[in-house]
Amino acid sequence: MSVTISEELRVQPTDPRLIPIAERVLAGERLDREAGITLFESNDLLAIGALADLVNRRKNGDRVFFVANQHINPTNVCILRATCVFCSFARRPKEEGAYTMTLDEVFAEADQIRETPVREFHIVGGLHPKLRLQYYEDLIRGLKERHPGVEIKALTAVEIAHLARIEKISIEDVLLRLRAAGLDSIPGGGAEVFSAGVRSTIAARKLAAEEWLQVHRTAHRLGIPSNCTMLYGHVETYADRVDHLLMLRELQDETGGFLTYIPLAYHPDNNELGARLGRQGTATTGFDDLKNLAIGRLFLDNIPHIKTHWVMNTPKVSQIALHFGVDDLEGTVVRERIYHDAGATTPQGLTFSEIVRLIKDAGKRPVERDALYREVREW
Amino acid sequence: MVNGRPAEPAVRAARGPALPILSTVAPRRREPTPEGSAGFRTKTPRPVYEPAPVASRPYADQIAEWLEVLETTPLLELGARADAVRRERHPEGIVTYIVDRNINYTNLCVTDCRFCAFYRRPKDDEAYVLSYEEIGRKIDEAKELGAVQILIQGGHNPYLPLDWYLGLLRYIKEHHPIHVHGFSASEIDLIARVSKRPFHEVLRELHEAGLDSMPGAGAEILVDAVRDFIAPKKIDASYWFEIHEAAHEIGLLTSATMMYGVGESWADRIEHLVKLRASQQRSLERGKGRYTAFIAWSFQPLHTEMQDWDIPLGTGMDYLRVTALSRLVLDNFDNLQVSYVTQGPKMAQIALRFGANDFGSLMIEENVVSAAGTDFIMPEAEMRRLITDPGFQPARRYQDYTLVREGDDGCPCCQRHGKASLAAAGAGRDA
Repeated sequence: MSVTISEELRVQPTDPRLIPIAERVLAGERLDREAGITLFESNDLLAIGALADLVNRRKNGDRVFFVANQHINPTNVCILRATCVFCSFARRPKEEGAYTMTLDEVFAEADQIRETPVREFHIVGGLHPKLRLQYYEDLIRGLKERHPGVEIKALTAVEIAHLARIEKISIEDVLLRLRAAGLDSIPGGGAEVFSAGVRSTIAARKLAAEEWLQVHRTAHRLGIPSNCTMLYGHVETYADRVDHLLMLRELQDETGGFLTYIPLAYHPDNNELGARLGRQGTATTGFDDLKNLAIGRLFLDNIPHIKTHWVMNTPKVSQIALHFGVDDLEGTVVRERIYHDAGATTPQGLTFSEIVRLIKDAGKRPVERDALYREVREW
Repeated sequence: MVNGRPAEPAVRAARGPALPILSTVAPRRREPTPEGSAGFRTKTPRPVYEPAPVASRPYADQIAEWLEVLETTPLLELGARADAVRRERHPEGIVTYIVDRNINYTNLCVTDCRFCAFYRRPKDDEAYVLSYEEIGRKIDEAKELGAVQILIQGGHNPYLPLDWYLGLLRYIKEHHPIHVHGFSASEIDLIARVSKRPFHEVLRELHEAGLDSMPGAGAEILVDAVRDFIAPKKIDASYWFEIHEAAHEIGLLTSATMMYGVGESWADRIEHLVKLRASQQRSLERGKGRYTAFIAWSFQPLHTEMQDWDIPLGTGMDYLRVTALSRLVLDNFDNLQVSYVTQGPKMAQIALRFGANDFGSLMIEENVVSAAGTDFIMPEAEMRRLITDPGFQPARRYQDYTLVREGDDGCPCCQRHGKASLAAAGAGRDA
């Protein structure tokens, strides 16, 4: 039943609706909204994967990037505790399990990595009502002093906008002060799904789409690169997903500041949304995880890297994803908290050698990178 | 007692003095300790294992051919080829599963397989044997939940004679009728040795007493050099095949398995598959029983003697390549099962595009893999969601892979054997 479109494509589509899309991908043409929706609707997982793999090979060859990193979450206290119903991590200030680390506690946690070759701190947390910009400046400056070789990727657009609000200064000023303290790049969290309808359901009071994009636009203008994400697998439609990707692609056309795109799988345990949807214990499916990665690669033709987050996709699916258009694997992490609060059953960290082995076993070349995707060494 | 049936033989055998050293305890799991859960985490150095060159193996040409396919075919292309075979064999897009309960009648074992976290040595205070009544109770609970079979397997317990097994099967068929899928080849071998009877007679008697089909466990890797490495006391590969083919000879359906990721090579995995294909061919020519399905999973190391061995464990790549390759090699097998218990729901679902057409069993109880630290048990709604989401149609099945239909007469193979009618009997009407 399958038609051979091109010898270059090793798996021919069995879903006929994919044929015109495959032709466009092979010709290097940009995909439109309709094509994006068709891709999400199709169950022809292997053909979608093979197309994404082809695009990825053209961009990155056999190379798979990873960073030896550590996640640090300074606080889980968050003023959006009641309204971001998909989150299992946030706490009210006096709620059981609420924590805020002192700077010394942050430095002590970071010190665990002294014996390992960590190159990036990934620092995100709740929107604490009382932690001021000074705390984050001191935190970043202190980490840089103690670990001069380590790059700092810190604070999502949502946290940066929150700091601007409580300091009554502009987003640009927050970013400039953070950069002066040592900030190297900003993570892609807080994007969720841009659709206003979805946001009002899952994150009513969170930064709106345009504001999220504005923070990243500002960062890019200041020369601070960033990542972008989409939280999928809750109440969004396929059209919502594609519209989200379109907005990311448009900003990237304008600034070129996004380094990597990371689709984030919604985890339904221990949060209000999961209970409301009756979804406890049911993660996103393997098909959906791979499709989100592959379609991200096909649609975001202007973003250099697509990252699989093994914490949510599992190490096994993440390894497979390297054949579905993915060239970037979440790093060592050390101690993951946010998704484990939401029921993730994966390990909280992987060792350096486990990551190298996963990549090699997939038939790819492991390339250790820094936060800015500069090659550190090839393994 | 082999032919005669004294009054209440089953109950007496379970309680009787024949099993003096055995206590009946509920299976439980040990928490990990620094010494290892089973207390045997000795620093056994890893035995040396060097895979034999391909040319010296049986079916060398076929092995070389498949190795070539494996090396030259990218993952997704291999998947697409397997997916095409699956579509050809199961064009209706149905993905089946069976509702059953694993009942592990004993964990006492003298075979000391290095990959196993479930067994206990005879003097271990956690060794147990379930009584007939306990097994009956478990069956009733399972039937209440819609189970259409039990999978009954256990350790290689030398204190249980053939009569214990015959009594158990008769007890089940009389008081708790259900399809009994039970006793892997290595258990059959032990029963035969303990009872000093030829294994084919043991099989025939078990079948007559109520055994309906035989699971494919104990296959591990069907290459003797690997078996010597991980399970030196277990039956060798040719004996495993002999027992399965003898079971087929008397009309039993069996399944076949593979446990990979124990340090074996790809040539070992392929030799396993090629031998299975040849065995199936012989059984199909005899025209009686056959292998219904193949199931592969990766070794789960926690709490086993091998957990500290420096061997590469099965990755996601391994699982999908083994799955797709088995669909291609085993062209005389009808069904290919996923192993969500060891690979997780995400990988199991993805395997449906790499040749698999069956989600295995919706287990009401599982003890063996859970003992090794892997524990993906799921409710039926979740299994159906995983099947429906990529566009397949979920369906409950019986052991012989006929679909469960509303108002049918229960397990068709048990019907054919003239045994108890399961659905008609129903849980409520059991004594």
